[in-house]
Amino acid sequence: MEIAVDTLKWILACTTSDVPENGGACVKHGDEQIAVFNFTRRNEWYATQNLCPHKQQMALSRGMIGSTGEECEPKVACPFHKKTFSLLSGECLSGEEYEIKTYPVRVIGDKVYIGIKEMA
Amino acid sequence: MNEKQTIVVIGNGMVGYKFCEKLIAKTNAYQVVVFGEEPRPAYDRVHLSEYFNGKTAEDLSMSPAGWYEQNGIKLHLNDPVQEINRANKTIHSLKGSVQKYDYLVLATGSSAFVPDIPGIEKEGVFVYRTIEDLELISGYASNARNGAVMGGGLLGLEAAKALIDLGIKETHVIEFAPRLMPRQIDQPGSSMLQMKLKELGLHIHLNKSTLNIGGDGKIEALEFADETSLAVDMLVISAGIKPRDELAKLCGLETGTRGGIVVNDYMQTNDESIFAIGECALHSGMIYGLVAPGYEMADVVVAQLSEADKSFTGFDMSTKLKLIGIDVASFGDPFINDPDCKTILFEDTNKGVYKRINISNDGKALLGGILIGDADDYNILLQNVKNKIALPENPEDLILGARGGASSEGSGVMSLPDDAMICSCESVSKGAICDAVKLDNITTLDGIKKCTKAGTCCGGCVPLVKDLINGTMKESGLYVKNVLCEHFDYSRQELMDLIRINNVRSYDEALDHYGKGDGCETCKPAVASILSGLWNDLIVKQAPIQDSNDRYLANIQKGGTYSVVPRIPGGEITPDKLIVIGQVAKKYNLYTKITGGQRIDLFGAHVNDLPNIWEELIEAGFESGHAYGKSLRTVKSCVGSTWCRFGLHDSVSFAIEIEERYKGIRSPHKLKGGVSGCIRECAEAQAKDFGIIATDKGWNLYVCGNGGSKPQHALLLASDIDKETLVKYLDRFLMFYIKTADPLARTATWLNKMEGGLSYLKNVIINDSLGINSQLEEEMQGLVDSFHCEWKEVVQNEELRKRFVHFVNAPEEKDPSVNFDPMREQVKAKEW
Ligand code: SRM
Ligand SMILES: Cc1cc2nc3c(=O)[nH]c(=O)nc-3n(C[C@H](O)[C@H](O)[C@H](O)COP(=O)(O)OP(=O)(O)OC[C@H]3O[C@@H](n4cnc5c(N)ncnc54)[C@H](O)[C@@H]3O)c2cc1C
Ligand code: SF4
Ligand code: FES
Repeated sequence: MEIAVDTLKWILACTTSDVPENGGACVKHGDEQIAVFNFTRRNEWYATQNLCPHKQQMALSRGMIGSTGEECEPKVACPFHKKTFSLLSGECLSGEEYEIKTYPVRVIGDKVYIGIKEMA
Repeated sequence: MNEKQTIVVIGNGMVGYKFCEKLIAKTNAYQVVVFGEEPRPAYDRVHLSEYFNGKTAEDLSMSPAGWYEQNGIKLHLNDPVQEINRANKTIHSLKGSVQKYDYLVLATGSSAFVPDIPGIEKEGVFVYRTIEDLELISGYASNARNGAVMGGGLLGLEAAKALIDLGIKETHVIEFAPRLMPRQIDQPGSSMLQMKLKELGLHIHLNKSTLNIGGDGKIEALEFADETSLAVDMLVISAGIKPRDELAKLCGLETGTRGGIVVNDYMQTNDESIFAIGECALHSGMIYGLVAPGYEMADVVVAQLSEADKSFTGFDMSTKLKLIGIDVASFGDPFINDPDCKTILFEDTNKGVYKRINISNDGKALLGGILIGDADDYNILLQNVKNKIALPENPEDLILGARGGASSEGSGVMSLPDDAMICSCESVSKGAICDAVKLDNITTLDGIKKCTKAGTCCGGCVPLVKDLINGTMKESGLYVKNVLCEHFDYSRQELMDLIRINNVRSYDEALDHYGKGDGCETCKPAVASILSGLWNDLIVKQAPIQDSNDRYLANIQKGGTYSVVPRIPGGEITPDKLIVIGQVAKKYNLYTKITGGQRIDLFGAHVNDLPNIWEELIEAGFESGHAYGKSLRTVKSCVGSTWCRFGLHDSVSFAIEIEERYKGIRSPHKLKGGVSGCIRECAEAQAKDFGIIATDKGWNLYVCGNGGSKPQHALLLASDIDKETLVKYLDRFLMFYIKTADPLARTATWLNKMEGGLSYLKNVIINDSLGINSQLEEEMQGLVDSFHCEWKEVVQNEELRKRFVHFVNAPEEKDPSVNFDPMREQVKAKEW
């Protein structure tokens, strides 16, 4: 039996000043498009897939971020039809079945790194 | 099977209708036949004046079409009853019907009392009672400059307001008594009211007895007993009402010496099978000229006919009205005086507020009072009187509000007993309303109206109903205020005030001080719009709080590309500029289309091409068209007097002027305008947020029109005004909208929700009833002066330009997922 082990590969995405405060930007990684969010207000960074699963639009990086609920769950709203997604779990918060991929983010100095899972 | 007994109702007015409605809700044991003299089914006479504000006869109708048939009621319209034969129990109508009855209900109402003054028959003299009267008045008013109303009572002042609304330049009110509304308010109250009405341009003449109406065939002047006279082109008589008791008299029913059909506590006349209800009935020497007691009478008769027990024992005559934006109310016993009670008076001539409350000598109960200028407390004071609620320790708190120390607990709505009557027209108690909220989860005013009928008649209790809904929700932990979103506990207007007063300049500052959490896609753009409405700062400086469209200064479209819409003011464009648009479109492979707003939209631009595209357009003299913003879109024009053979003035130049003036200004929703050169209206100005139409004397200004999913025509705000005045009005109107509308409410929706509707708006904009016009004008000028083309700023600023990329780590690359399909020699976005 073979056990697939997930390992994280950290790729250099951009510099901190590339992403507007409290906004997002899109990073190209091969054929993948990744949305990174600079949540300055909470001093946090998030990354998700850029593709909105609703109408397959490459748009989430242009969405507005914010929070919802007592727990202040961080979220992003797609600019097309305002479906919202959790930045933590990727779950669609507008009551639909969609889910988006999320990625861990690390900031070292002024460099932003995104963790990509690779099969080992 | 027994034949059903027949009830004949004479009169299909408000009370006659309500009788039918209440009867069929209780029993179907009768065949009901109704005879009405007017040509249409019963309508809401109380709101008759709204006919001048654009309501139609259908809007005012009391029942939906087909209601009578559906309920098996035979309705004869346009067919007055001419005779009652009590011996045979039949009635005879003008058109020749003879109808047998077992019971007869007289609901013939009243007519306007017309005093016997020589000349009263002249052309140009009107009464104010039916839709037909209003049609005649408005037809005549278009040729009248001066008008007068005879009678300074409740109805007279309402008629005076209608004359102002109809555009009469100079309106007079002639009152015989030494004060206005003599039945409702006292002398100092009347003086205060008079002062406020004068400010609004009404001319009030008290102590005037009219001796003669002069003029050759048509009215030209009023001549008074004090040997003065007044030139007028028309007169509306509102000197009181005269109960319609002529049928009753004819058939020998007992009537009062001063009119009215005498009834007992069961609303029975001296013939026990004949009842009289509403304004024609005389009960204990009293004619009730209001609708709520009439409904109560209808209820009493229904009780008799359905074997229930109910009698009429008099009715509270408290009233509240908003006259030309001025609150006037009197309740309980307004006139009772020392030594029978103690009175507390409050007068503020500066603000035009007068309040009086009468308190029992032991200081425990409120007996009545008068409120002028500010009647917010009317409902609750009235409830205090009716329910004999114990007064607070300092009763003056009731009219002054608690000033520090303990709050005025105890006089609030929620402390009323459950059986307190909130809506007296429809007899709905506090308990019924609270139950609907608590048990049926109905939390909107419309819902409560539908479910309990409260507030559907005169509307006077609506504020109280709203308070009850909110109070009950709060008690059940359900309270939802009209707040922006979960992050801000304020309405847009409240937040705007806070931001202005505290000079807040950024979203984060606003969130830190007045909000919680981290914001969302609802409050961010709302605050962005507030900030730019107040300070007109550059949108891109706080890009991430803007709706995506504002953030990229373009509308995102299917497939993720953007559209480019340069401003083409008034739709006028030179051939050279047209060529530039063509060249740019070709170079960047953009789909071009003429829009519905008289300009050109270029679709399919990659985000990283946007700055380059705009650079070329700006070079050629174009500016941003703000197609992406909640701001002015287009001012559509027709060609006007420069070319059109019918054009009265130069509509294109005016449209350009207006578009240039308001371009770029942020508002709660987008704004559109139109200017037509004559009434053929080729610019469709009346479908816009503001519309301007040339007349031979100047321009007419229309406001609050809307296309979109719920089209609505704009309403006339002012007519025959010059350009300068028009721009002044428009400045005020737009600024008032920007400051008070909810987020994403177009002007039409905003007006629909505005209490007092168009006449309130007119008073604010034209008569400065809120005293804010110079401020509004100043603020608007501030916005106009701080205009900047957003795209120009971006094009010239390397830092800002850098934002327009798809990949931060590969700025030159375009989004590979963008795909086009060919179509008619251009491209279109790939299907989703
Ligand atoms: C291009 C155009 C259609 C066309 O091909 O002609 C258009 C296109 C859009 N309209 Fe429109 N409307 C266009 C004229 C109109 C008109 C007609 C008019 O202005 O004379 C109306 C009805 C009139 C009115 O607004 O009262 C109109 C009523 C709407 C509405 C509904 C507004 C409402 O109050 O109900 C929306 C939705 C909204 O704004 O929330 C809308 C929204 C939109 C949006 C912005 C939808 C979106 O978010 O993508 C479209 C994007 C345009 C773009 O990418 O540039 N559009 N839209 C027209 C552009 C006019 C211009 O030059 O600026
Ligand atoms: C402009 C205006 C504003 C008002 N504002 C208010 C207000 O704010 N609050 C308030 O409480 N009240 C107000 N009123 C008064 C209110 O409208 C009346 O109290 C109410 O309409 C009385 O109803 P009714 O059915 O008794 O009479 P009406 O509504 O007058 O109906 C009587 C009907 O009987 C018909 N009729 C008469 N004789 C015959 C016949 N022989 N055969 C057939 N039909 C006949 C008449 O044509 C009429 O249609 C206002 C009235 C006016 C005119
Ligand atoms: S009508 Fe609908 S589909 Fe057509 S442009 Fe306007 S918003 Fe788009
Ligand atoms: S495409 Fe994202 S919500 Fe529709």
